Amino acid sequence: MAETTQSPPAGRVTYDFVTRAIARTLGNPGKGYYLLLGSALTLLAIGITCLVYLIRYGLGLAGYTHPVYWAVFITCFVFWVGIAHSGTLISAILYLFRSGWRTAVYRTAEAMTVFAVMTAGLFPLIHIGRQWYFYWLIPYPNERGLWPNFKSPLIWDEFAIGTYFTVSTVFLIMGLIPDIAAARDLATGWRKKLYAITAIGWRGTNEQWRHYTRGYLYLAALATPLVLSVHSVVSWDFAMALVPGWHATLFAPYFVAGAIYSGCAMVITLIVPIRRLFHLEALITVEHFENLAKLCLLTGMIVGFAYATEYFVAWFSGNPHERAAFWYRAFGPSWWAGWTMIICNGFLPLLLWFKKIRTNITALFVISIFVNIGMWFERFVIIVVSLAGEPFTHWTNGPYNPTWADWGIMAGSFGWFFMWFLLFVKNFPAVAISEIKEVLPPPRRAGTGGHP
Amino acid sequence: MMLPGPLREIFHPPATPGVLGVFGHLDATISAIKTLKDGGHREAITVYSPVPRHELEAALQQPTSPVRMWTLIGGITGCGIGAWLTLYMSYDWPVVVGGKPVGSIPPYIIIMFEMTVLFGALTTILGLLFNALLASRHQGTIAYDPRFTNDKFGIFVRCDGDQAAAMEGVLQRAGAEEVRRA
Repeated sequence: MAETTQSPPAGRVTYDFVTRAIARTLGNPGKGYYLLLGSALTLLAIGITCLVYLIRYGLGLAGYTHPVYWAVFITCFVFWVGIAHSGTLISAILYLFRSGWRTAVYRTAEAMTVFAVMTAGLFPLIHIGRQWYFYWLIPYPNERGLWPNFKSPLIWDEFAIGTYFTVSTVFLIMGLIPDIAAARDLATGWRKKLYAITAIGWRGTNEQWRHYTRGYLYLAALATPLVLSVHSVVSWDFAMALVPGWHATLFAPYFVAGAIYSGCAMVITLIVPIRRLFHLEALITVEHFENLAKLCLLTGMIVGFAYATEYFVAWFSGNPHERAAFWYRAFGPSWWAGWTMIICNGFLPLLLWFKKIRTNITALFVISIFVNIGMWFERFVIIVVSLAGEPFTHWTNGPYNPTWADWGIMAGSFGWFFMWFLLFVKNFPAVAISEIKEVLPPPRRAGTGGHP
Repeated sequence: MMLPGPLREIFHPPATPGVLGVFGHLDATISAIKTLKDGGHREAITVYSPVPRHELEAALQQPTSPVRMWTLIGGITGCGIGAWLTLYMSYDWPVVVGGKPVGSIPPYIIIMFEMTVLFGALTTILGLLFNALLASRHQGTIAYDPRFTNDKFGIFVRCDGDQAAAMEGVLQRAGAEEVRRA
């Protein structure tokens, strides 16, 4: 890391400075980057080893036991889908709201979305046990004349996640095209060839921009209701069932807020090291972190409120099964998981009321990691603890204990996600070049405003 | 790589003659566009810009992009496909689930919604690619400068040799940093 932090000429960020600062991230990123990439690959190798064992010996290795047949894999699935959501919030919803600050972090967030959905999609496939029959989920004509049951939330989920993955990938690639063209015009050697092909002839002509800006607007307008629908549908996987602790009308907004909350925390977790490794301090400033922290605070408070509502409704409904489920959640054998979720998600974000903490990047990084842990436990508590304490069959109740295969595959999913993310930020513009320029004052001749 | 005749014509059309001006300032670019438009050269100019700017759009007075029609048609098609998929598959092998009607609309709305978004998004991209490609086919192979994706604006005016000198003058007077013939 011989390079020092680059600061813009004369304190002003110009178009040229932006292009060069971001194109530099495509060069040699130094030892820290390879250390991170190596750790990601190690985690992935652990995950793959566990998965091979799981496929060879069956789902018994995952510690499934009556009445818990949805456990860590489904927890991870919901966790990763949730992580994806803030990416679309930042790239599409904040775009429609014309929030200029989104430009600095949107590319990272959108890439995070795509890779998180890629990670999430693996878990239902692992969870079905016979991975080689995954295509049974797809509605295709077959000799038995059978079709999927469209009244099942699981098939809604398949459509929602499939659409979400396709649309966010398309949105990411579309946003990349002008920036790849900018990288192409500065690059040399094999990279120039790679970018020349992937930029598909972008030159920034008025006709290209005319269609591009319209297309971008409509994609954002389609992605906005989509992102709200996806986690609602994920929540209905649970809410449509009769299990106490799952069967609640609150679930859709509760899950969407939680998803955006965990996603914003993950954006902070990812951007802090990226900004350091690639010297992007001039482009991603403390103000951006503060805005992300405010989003975290808002969604965190909605989540905290939802927790309180859940417990209140359990008591106020007078329903003995509902009351028993929530008593089990707070004071049963998995009490530690329930309290981890409430402390990390309900109370910790309240620290973000203080401006000193919102503008302290180290503090934000630490809080974001605790929020990630808390949000993983939220899904664990909702899914596993509700099933384990199911009061309808309480004579078969038993706490569920994740096995080494569960932990190994979960670790592997982090490795898989970080591997794709790290490869992306090194090989493609990790910050949106043309969109940052859009929020800068354009160069004008002296005396007419803007910078010369 | 040599392509067979008709393909070569599509992928490597012959260069269009004209004049290319490189501008360092947005306002200079806009004044050049205005001068050219007033001179009746609206159809002949292509503007390069590293960012989309409303000032440029306004100066060029471009019509709204037809991409939105692609989005609308794609969205409606997707919604229809979602409705057909769920209802056809329910009645093709009728099974009563949970005591509900074989074809129940409320849960199918979710599939219809997802298909609307999926098809709407994909046709938006197709519309964008199609229209942008059509526009560049219309323009032909025109001169370009790699600085246009960095910090320079550019104007290419399609014109024959006898007009070129006059066009060079127009671009230079408007404040072009560099003017060359292509």
